[in-house]
Amino acid sequence: MALSVAEVSQLGELAKIALTPAEIEQFAVELNAVLERVVEVSNVNPDIPATYHPLATSNVFRPDEVEISTASKLVLAAAPAVEEDRFRVSRILGEEA
Amino acid sequence: MKLQAPENELLTKSAAQLAALIKAGEVSSREVVAAHLQRIADVEPQVHAFLSVDAERALAAADRVDAKRMNSEPLGSLAGVPLAMKDNYAYQGLPCTCGSRMLEGWYPPYDATVTKRLLENDIIILGKTNLDEFAMGSATENSAFGVTCNPHDLERIPGGSGGGSAASLAAFEAPLAVGSDTGGSIRQPASVTGTIGIKPTYGGISRFGIVALASSLDAPGPCARTVMDAALLHQTMAGYDRLDSVSINAPIPAAQAAASNPDLRGLKLGVVKEFTGEWFQSGVMGQFDQALTHLVAQGAEIVEVSCPHFEVAMGANFLIMAAEISSNMAKFDAVRYGLRSGDDGQHSAQQVTSLSRGAGFGAEVKRRILLGTHALSTGHYEALYGSALKVRTLVIQDFDAAFSKVDVLVSPTSPVTAWKIGERSADPLTTHHADLCTVPSNLAGNCAGSFPIGVSADDGLPVGFQVIAPAMGDALLYRVGAGLENAFGVTGEVL
Repeated sequence: MALSVAEVSQLGELAKIALTPAEIEQFAVELNAVLERVVEVSNVNPDIPATYHPLATSNVFRPDEVEISTASKLVLAAAPAVEEDRFRVSRILGEEA
Repeated sequence: MKLQAPENELLTKSAAQLAALIKAGEVSSREVVAAHLQRIADVEPQVHAFLSVDAERALAAADRVDAKRMNSEPLGSLAGVPLAMKDNYAYQGLPCTCGSRMLEGWYPPYDATVTKRLLENDIIILGKTNLDEFAMGSATENSAFGVTCNPHDLERIPGGSGGGSAASLAAFEAPLAVGSDTGGSIRQPASVTGTIGIKPTYGGISRFGIVALASSLDAPGPCARTVMDAALLHQTMAGYDRLDSVSINAPIPAAQAAASNPDLRGLKLGVVKEFTGEWFQSGVMGQFDQALTHLVAQGAEIVEVSCPHFEVAMGANFLIMAAEISSNMAKFDAVRYGLRSGDDGQHSAQQVTSLSRGAGFGAEVKRRILLGTHALSTGHYEALYGSALKVRTLVIQDFDAAFSKVDVLVSPTSPVTAWKIGERSADPLTTHHADLCTVPSNLAGNCAGSFPIGVSADDGLPVGFQVIAPAMGDALLYRVGAGLENAFGVTGEVL
């Protein structure tokens, strides 16, 4: 069950967090220590039903009516980069290059 | 070393007393707010409970309350009284950092529902308080902006994640505060600072506008120094909100009435057998036993109950929390808000996201996202996340069985008193034990509160007493809390 350094590196890619080699080494040790402690949950009887949520919730719908929403200028004011009243992002083409 | 006690007597009054004085015109809200701002200026270099202070708007709001009183307009039960807000609540005009470099300098474009209700009720927001980064931790040591110190011993932690809110109360910088509790983040800081902290029933207080940690566990709640103050604040914060999909559409629990009627005759208290043993400091158990004796003297009955699955609740809570964190934290993608790193024309959007998250998140946040990603990945989902959800069912069944025999469950809130800053940060696992008694209620969604019961005989530090009640039984917490306050006095006498 123990995580290898390569697996932690892969988790970093999946979670989109750039990790340094030192961080990967450190997290491998720490995550394995955590896993050792929490793995006892897997001894649970597999026939027990899962509880995803403490309340018996159901989807709630409201009438599809236009309402005043947060002004876009307020939202854009908090953005890291804006161009022509839109969020500016870096290139998405050539990701694999 | 203890923080020096305040000299200005306005600072040691309860929120209810201050509101009454303001209403009667014996003191102005401006005087009350100014006294607390002065206290903040005096003690913040030692305590560091606040990440931002909003003096100008606080004083302007106080003036509006004073004007309302002059015009004989109706005032709410806490009108004109100042409050400290955990820095994961959205409040326009102040940064909402969540204790993270990721959100440093980010101003939210709207108010949380709780923020709106506080403002509508003329409660004065003094500023935002320190927390573990994105509320992940039990000591505030994971804040990117430095640790908060416990006013009872400035070399010790104030608990976490809401250590700033709890410390601001204990330091008399504010008579009221708000927090959020996902595994004990309101109750454990209350316990180690000798203050009161309530995790209401899940869905009882709106989460809208509070930065999510783990959505199926998060519960915003009140913090105070007296049971009545917590009850009044609870009633102000609570109630149905259509902006929160899990908000319960039911009458608000009668907390105030319960706080003023500590009649414990015939009330059955279940002592959880599993909450004893090697993790529990002897001085904590000593105070807990003394508290039980006091409650019995007031007419309560003690019944021992067994909740055998509470022992694995820690692991289940940690896995469910990590899984929900890994999903919730995906919104920090460096596009719409927060830190952007590596945006130099050389990196793709995906690389910018990874670089920003690498630079913006601290170690504990990264660790939990990685753990959650692992627990949800193919091949591990069933053994980890799936199993944790099954344990959650068993914990709920334990509660159901216990509440068929007793009215409330009781335990120490934290197995230990405040530890020294830095003493446990090297070992993330030992700090999680601080949440041993608090996590079951987050898994089940019921309500629980921590009340001060004096200091531990072995180190002289505050001890907290946890009361757990069934969902929507929040009023019971205040009834038992008032009984404890009868016996031990209010927190103000501890410092």
